[in-house]
Amino acid sequence: MNLTLKIWRQKNSKEEGKLVTYQVDGISKEMSFLEMFDVLNERLVAKNEEPIAFDHDCREGICGMCSMHINGRPHGPWTRTTVCQLHMRAFEDGETIVIEPWRAKGFPVIKDLMVDRSAFDRIMAAGGFVSVNTGNAQDANCLPVPKADADESFSAAACIGCGACVASCKNSSAMLFVSAKVSQMALLPQGKVERKDRVMNMVKQMDVEGFGNCTNTGSCESVCPKGISLHHIARMNREYLLANITE
Amino acid sequence: MTKLNSKIPDGPLETKWTKYKSTVPLVNPSNKRNIEIIVVGSGLAGASAAASLAELGYKVKCFCFQDSPRRAHSIAAQGGINAAKNYQNDGDSVYRLFYDTIKGGDYRAREGNVHRLAEVSSAIIDQCVAQGVPFAREYGGYLDNRSFGGTQVQRTFYAAGQTGQQLLLGAYSALSRQIGKGSVEMHTRHEMLDVVIIDGKARGIIARDLISGKLERHFGHAVLLCTGGYGNVFYLSTNAMGCNATAIWKAHKKGAFFGNPCYTQIHPTCIPVAGDHQSKLTLMSESLRNDGRIWVPKKQGEARKANEIPEDERDYYLERRYPAFGNLVPRDVASRAAKERCDAGYGVGVSKMAVYLDFAFAYERYGKTKANQLGLHTASGAEILKLGKAEVAEKYGNLFEMYEKITGENPYEVPMRIYPAAHYVMGGLWVDYDLMTTVPGMYALGEANFSDHGANRLGASALMQGLADGYFVIPYTIGTYLSQDIRTKAISTDHEAFAETEKKIQEQIDRLMNIKGARSVDHFHKRLGKIMWDKCGMARNEKGLAEAIGEIKALREEFWKDVRIPGGQNELNAELEKAIRVADFLELGELMCKDALHRKESCGGHFREEYQTEEGEAKRDDDNFTYAAAWEFKNVGEWELNKEDLNYQVVHPSQRSYK
Ligand SMILES: Cc1cc2nc3c(=O)[nH]c(=O)nc-3n(C[C@H](O)[C@H](O)[C@H](O)COP(=O)(O)OP(=O)(O)OC[C@H]3O[C@@H](n4cnc5c(N)ncnc54)[C@H](O)[C@@H]3O)c2cc1C
Ligand code: FES
Repeated sequence: MNLTLKIWRQKNSKEEGKLVTYQVDGISKEMSFLEMFDVLNERLVAKNEEPIAFDHDCREGICGMCSMHINGRPHGPWTRTTVCQLHMRAFEDGETIVIEPWRAKGFPVIKDLMVDRSAFDRIMAAGGFVSVNTGNAQDANCLPVPKADADESFSAAACIGCGACVASCKNSSAMLFVSAKVSQMALLPQGKVERKDRVMNMVKQMDVEGFGNCTNTGSCESVCPKGISLHHIARMNREYLLANITE
Repeated sequence: MTKLNSKIPDGPLETKWTKYKSTVPLVNPSNKRNIEIIVVGSGLAGASAAASLAELGYKVKCFCFQDSPRRAHSIAAQGGINAAKNYQNDGDSVYRLFYDTIKGGDYRAREGNVHRLAEVSSAIIDQCVAQGVPFAREYGGYLDNRSFGGTQVQRTFYAAGQTGQQLLLGAYSALSRQIGKGSVEMHTRHEMLDVVIIDGKARGIIARDLISGKLERHFGHAVLLCTGGYGNVFYLSTNAMGCNATAIWKAHKKGAFFGNPCYTQIHPTCIPVAGDHQSKLTLMSESLRNDGRIWVPKKQGEARKANEIPEDERDYYLERRYPAFGNLVPRDVASRAAKERCDAGYGVGVSKMAVYLDFAFAYERYGKTKANQLGLHTASGAEILKLGKAEVAEKYGNLFEMYEKITGENPYEVPMRIYPAAHYVMGGLWVDYDLMTTVPGMYALGEANFSDHGANRLGASALMQGLADGYFVIPYTIGTYLSQDIRTKAISTDHEAFAETEKKIQEQIDRLMNIKGARSVDHFHKRLGKIMWDKCGMARNEKGLAEAIGEIKALREEFWKDVRIPGGQNELNAELEKAIRVADFLELGELMCKDALHRKESCGGHFREEYQTEEGEAKRDDDNFTYAAAWEFKNVGEWELNKEDLNYQVVHPSQRSYK
């Protein structure tokens, strides 16, 4: 396959960036999208040019490190797929592909396609936990959890924290991300003790970080590589309301 | 002759740990506030250690190279975590878990450590549940278990195919809580490049800020290396792209002995290599071998497609060779058997370096059961097949989906193609019972140490070990050392040892940047990987290993003359990061071959072709090799071997048989 790539290049967080066009040939359909990037980077190194910086690590769709906006869609054209799992079969020979970093106030660009997502960590540090010191726990089976609740809690906990939800949202809202944690904990008996503080503190931090509000467009859900559902946002709103009125 | 003291407490096996815990010297709370601990790594081992130590009141600094502690490679573990809970009432016990682990490790692990691991396993599950880890549950609301290879009980706890993710997010939440409180100072996108030693003790690290490229100095009364495994020495492995040996390798060069470097685990069920562009290999969980049958055609060089090959022309070679365990033999055995068939010309797929993992029988079996449950006694073959596929999808759906994304083939219609790939390292820094390396004040936890798995790790035990080390072992054992250190004031990072160590690292970086050669870092990494895979992989022999050592030395020289790193050093530079890591792999690879060459026996993942039984099974030499090899660094390419004799007092080593 021969492809035309228009890739966002930005030296660092201070300088301005721009789209730069690259032609790549000899790409096979078996390659993953990131392997196509490896090939391009290898060629750039051979020409003594700086390779394109992008985040990636596990390359199996679970660490949440990879983060590229491909033809206007976070993680590219396949549903429920991270960029690292996207394969070149998804594209046609001769196609032009536009690749940009996540765009959001809360995610400043570090270099090329890499952004700073530490805001997510700060939201977690504000309340995304159960306050239990090591050694405090009683026997695990002392706390039976209905299977349906456990499964629903797991479906929220599957979030990989990649930030695609924010990147796809016109308000740059982080509600899907935050609600996934709030919902996971709210469904479990272990999480009930601190449910009010948790939701209040996490939402407060989310606002501090500059993420916008949710206007129920649903684009976050449609691009989420793990299929995290919008109804977690509804659950978080209920938790938030409850915490506020009983304050 | 040995300089090694494993410090295993005296007394009967089952009371060693209890006695240790109740007699270990303590550090009082006001002193803890003045003691600083550096934790390098935020995977299961690092995150659990950092959180637990901060809870105790120590001042902790934690480092990782990813952009968030939540992305450590523990996140990718699929299958599950073992614990001797005996919730299934199927006869499990601490002793049985201990015994299975010792046997699974082919009698090359320490009894004292493994027993402690089995003892604390149960508390790990309790802790994780209390944190809100959503393990799989049964309809009654109690925890569910599945079975894994090498055991006869069901003791594996899991969260779908994402157990590692859920456990790591649990540990990350505990860590986040401490970060929020200010008791852990987290440094993401930082790579540790060396340890600082003062008066023979580990007192800090030099780390590179990966965004600015700046070298930083950090002091600690103790340094914990929780930096994961070095499987990426093979270039292609199931590890994440960033997994590396740098932290432990630099520590090794500063005096920490390296334990059993050649013990590597090659996992039998991974998606095969598709071409030269391949950057990593993806695991298909061991749990698939519960329901899939492995086969190759009976005819060499078979050209027909899998579905066109009739039943009697298929060779279910694992069932043929190992009737007792069949497709569920341990990983080392399954991997070697696949290699043997492919080398003999029976491999499948374009590359012919793959075997089939076939679920056709499972569809039928599950389909029939389901049809009976639904009362569909006259269901047609097609209906049964459909029901069966739905059942299999419920169990392994996410893995099948992943397989299809990568290969473009639908595994519900055609058998999966799989081949072994480098996955895990049992070797690592040698540590004593306290998890301390041979450098006082420097500890190694998780996959980074050589500890508990002997020559072969059983499935679902790495997660257990990482969390045991971090939550339940180090919080106690570190007291032994720190209680003697309460009078040491924080040492200024202006100390000459910090300056000297930083200078050396700066020189290494300058040297790398100034080579300005013609070849990329990946070029060298790929070549190293090929040497390691061909000659120090699934099967090894004297000639190949000796050749490999020569080839690696030559490659190393070439690297230092011809590597090219574009860009500058005072900025984010992924090529420079890789170059520093590959420079270390190029030294470690040689030690792995040296260790493999010296161990003139076959055990677990280490298979020396010269030492096998008539049926082609691994042949141990207990008289001469019942020891852990601990290599002492002398110079690049030069080591001295120290031996820690392994004394089996409770279990008696015997030949593992799965026939
Ligand atoms: C695909 C896959 C599936 C697996 N499935 C299972 C399973 O089902 N059950 C099981 O028991 N085991 C499984 N394992 C093994 C298990 O996941 C690992 O052995 C274990 O998670 C390692 O944990 P760790 O904390 O030691 O290291 P890691 O999780 O690898 O963490 C290493 C940490 O160190 C940091 N680091 C490394 N080098 C540096 C440096 N120089 N400077 C700063 N930071 C550094 C990293 O940033 C990271 O935070 C699996 C492994 C793989 C690869
Ligand atoms: S690289 Fe880990 S999710 Fe893509």
